[in-house]
Amino acid sequence: MQITVNGTDHEVDVENDMPLLWVLRDVLGITGPKYGCGIAQCGACTVHVDGVAVRSCQLAAGDLDGAVTTIEGLGTPEALHIVQAAWVEHQVAQCGYCQSGQIMQAASFLDLNPEPTDDQIDAAMSGNLCRCGTYPRIRAAVKTAAAKLQGA
Amino acid sequence: MGRIKTIARRSFLVGSAAIVGGVAFGTYMYKRDVENPLLADLKPGEATFNPFVKIDATGITLITPRADVGQGAYSMQAHLIAEEMDIDLAGVRIDPGLPNAAYYNGVVAVEGMPIAATSDTILARTGRGAADVIGKLMGLQVTGGSSTVPDMYDRLRTAGAVARETLISAAAEQTGLPRDQLKTDMGAVVLPDGKRLDYVDLAATAAEIDPVEDVTLRDPAMWKYLGKPQMRTDILAKSTGTQMYGIDMVMDGMVYATTRTNPAIGGGIVGFDTSAADDMRGVQAILPITGGIAVVADNTWRAFQAADAVECDWGPSPYISNTKAQFEAVAASFIKDFQDSRFKDEGDVDVALGEGEGEVIEAEYRIPYLAHAPLEPMSVVVKLSGGRLDIWTGTQIPRFMQANAAKLAGFEAEAVHVHVLMSGGSFGRRLEDNYVLQAVEIAMQLHDTPIKMVWTREEDFTHDFPRPLAIARGRGKVVQGAVNAFDLAIAAPSVTESSLARLGQPAIGPDVAIVAGAWDQPFDIPNYRVTGYRVPAMVPISSWRSVGASGNGFLHESFMDEMCHAAGIDPLAERLRLCFHEPSKKVLEAVGEMSGWGSELQPRRGRGLAFTLAFGVPVAQVVEVTDTDDGIRIDKVFVAADVGRVIDPVNFEAQVTGGVIWGLGHAMNSELTYENGIAQQDNYHVFEGMRLYQTPQIEVRGLENGDKIRGIGEPGVPPAAPALANAIFAATGQRIRALPLSNSVRFV
Repeated sequence: MQITVNGTDHEVDVENDMPLLWVLRDVLGITGPKYGCGIAQCGACTVHVDGVAVRSCQLAAGDLDGAVTTIEGLGTPEALHIVQAAWVEHQVAQCGYCQSGQIMQAASFLDLNPEPTDDQIDAAMSGNLCRCGTYPRIRAAVKTAAAKLQGA
Repeated sequence: MGRIKTIARRSFLVGSAAIVGGVAFGTYMYKRDVENPLLADLKPGEATFNPFVKIDATGITLITPRADVGQGAYSMQAHLIAEEMDIDLAGVRIDPGLPNAAYYNGVVAVEGMPIAATSDTILARTGRGAADVIGKLMGLQVTGGSSTVPDMYDRLRTAGAVARETLISAAAEQTGLPRDQLKTDMGAVVLPDGKRLDYVDLAATAAEIDPVEDVTLRDPAMWKYLGKPQMRTDILAKSTGTQMYGIDMVMDGMVYATTRTNPAIGGGIVGFDTSAADDMRGVQAILPITGGIAVVADNTWRAFQAADAVECDWGPSPYISNTKAQFEAVAASFIKDFQDSRFKDEGDVDVALGEGEGEVIEAEYRIPYLAHAPLEPMSVVVKLSGGRLDIWTGTQIPRFMQANAAKLAGFEAEAVHVHVLMSGGSFGRRLEDNYVLQAVEIAMQLHDTPIKMVWTREEDFTHDFPRPLAIARGRGKVVQGAVNAFDLAIAAPSVTESSLARLGQPAIGPDVAIVAGAWDQPFDIPNYRVTGYRVPAMVPISSWRSVGASGNGFLHESFMDEMCHAAGIDPLAERLRLCFHEPSKKVLEAVGEMSGWGSELQPRRGRGLAFTLAFGVPVAQVVEVTDTDDGIRIDKVFVAADVGRVIDPVNFEAQVTGGVIWGLGHAMNSELTYENGIAQQDNYHVFEGMRLYQTPQIEVRGLENGDKIRGIGEPGVPPAAPALANAIFAATGQRIRALPLSNSVRFV
């Protein structure tokens, strides 16, 4: 089947029920999205499909019907997305393993809701687990990113 | 050398008297300089001045041998070197190096000794000195016990200073100018006329001269990095998906594997039937390993699917197989035969409790098993080829892993090459190497092929080595409005015995971890006793962020709070009155001030205080909660901690905050329970820790009154649970004596 990831088309020969996460990681070698739980409980695998945050461990390759963006396609170390820049500014990451998913979740959320309340931030980000406990800085970084996006 | 090693090994754990003996025997070997492992493969034009710095014409490499498991250890170590070497870290290569005795930890062994951080007796000082001897003689390359900064603070700054001074000498030789006319500035030696000679261009000359060993460390007033907010060296990679973890390693010709072993711990496998899995797409091999099977495939997901399809006939677990019976075994262990330690025994507790005025207050507390569950599941890449074994993974114990893997494969340790990669969390999990040994078993059956082995999350949860359960029984007495007698007995299985056995080390003497964070608290209670009882081994267990103190903080500080309330005295005022350790007093005062302790709160709100001195760091926390109609909400947490010197306030705040969230989240929501020998919590939906919506505001203050520099990865954890439970009591009048709290109250 054909899939589009970060603007590039790929022809992949995989089962329809292979989760997108593993197509990305093991077939295409795109390792930004992480495996954490396999059951949509941690959010480390979060990517965008047509701009909307999706848990790639739960999306079967055969059900994919849009263009995929991973953390690698959101921004790069040389050209950070506003959300990534906020993550750097607040030094959110500790182990960092969940942060690709956190950033993808936040970017999609702010795209849909550019002026979120604190409660809305909490609700939107609570599906993404962080074992290191970076939550206070995630909150701060989402707010910084929201402010910058409004100014942009 | 064999004898000295044996003595060092024993001394690692036995009481202080033997430690003194170990020092005496070991002095000669100890005084010898460690060999610099970077000399082994030095290329022409490359210079190395010590095991931590290498430089050539293409750049500077800093070796940061303590593992980074999220606590920022790589960045911290690099900044310690950079401060003295006078370099900008941009463009510098940061490399964990290969496992080597030169990278021994000279501090961590203290945690195994019955030495209170507040003690300055000759025995205490000797013990601390012995930790360095033991670490050096054993080549104990271990990351843990919040020891990275205390161990590396002088060593890495000195390494940086030696590099700087040697490069100055190289510049002197190259220019003919006297050394005292040369200065350094951000990666260059500066000549009197302002001309800059970049360090990298001096490497070839520096390689030809002896390192300048007689160096003076900079006055902290001159520091450019230390003591100031630093940008972590990994932050950009970790914000862009470009950080490579062990699970991300890819090699040419690599195959993908997973293992499935008996979820009933230690039960082994009786037989298995692969017929449903053999023909599944991508499956290349299904192999027997100890206790289960491994599937090798062309893709991780296909390996997972096939492993699930193999029919396995599991044996029964040899351990006590359900949590009710496990707690019964703990409860039955408060007997003389199982008494393990009584490091604290002031006054006469029996007399104080048996005679005179005042009522005896009694309470029993329970804490559960807990999983580490770092977000990166256990994963490793191995390759066995031509008598050489390579291992790529995140680990806190590279040299033990090397030894264990060598033994399994029948190799000399030198034939095993451990390449340490970034860990996606650990919290103590990567002090274990069972997943690596499974991968080595696969490699022994599949030579010449790089194999990436990844566990499913379910395999990870069910094959963790959890934090042990414990029961504590407190008996105490308040006389004339003051805590007069405090008798705490703690029964728990021994983490030290369990984990050291897997490292091939004997555990001799009492296990300090059973009572850590309880026996060593800085309070002068007239009759004060803490007794540890060792529960006979049950399921294998291990160190979990803040180890013994992780649960003992709750046990000690809940009882302290009960005593204060029974006496009608203020918990903060009473702790301050009892406290004999000035830095501890200061954190208590600070947290009182930060939280407005004593000021009025609205109805249905409450504040709880707890204090734990662990890893040498006094930490006081006040938790504020509201008893809402929907349940308990944690509003705010105030934390004061003293590490002697804060060398990066940004990361300090991150580690304290993370520790509080770790402590609170597990106290609220998490336990690992067993049925039929199987851990019942096999993924995050039933073992959440904390999520963002439950996270309170956390205010952190770092104090610098302590006389030694300390680490902050763990000390934030122990007071969080008791401060929360004490706050719930203050708000609701409900005293909860068992974790997790969610078994007793609902949280918003």
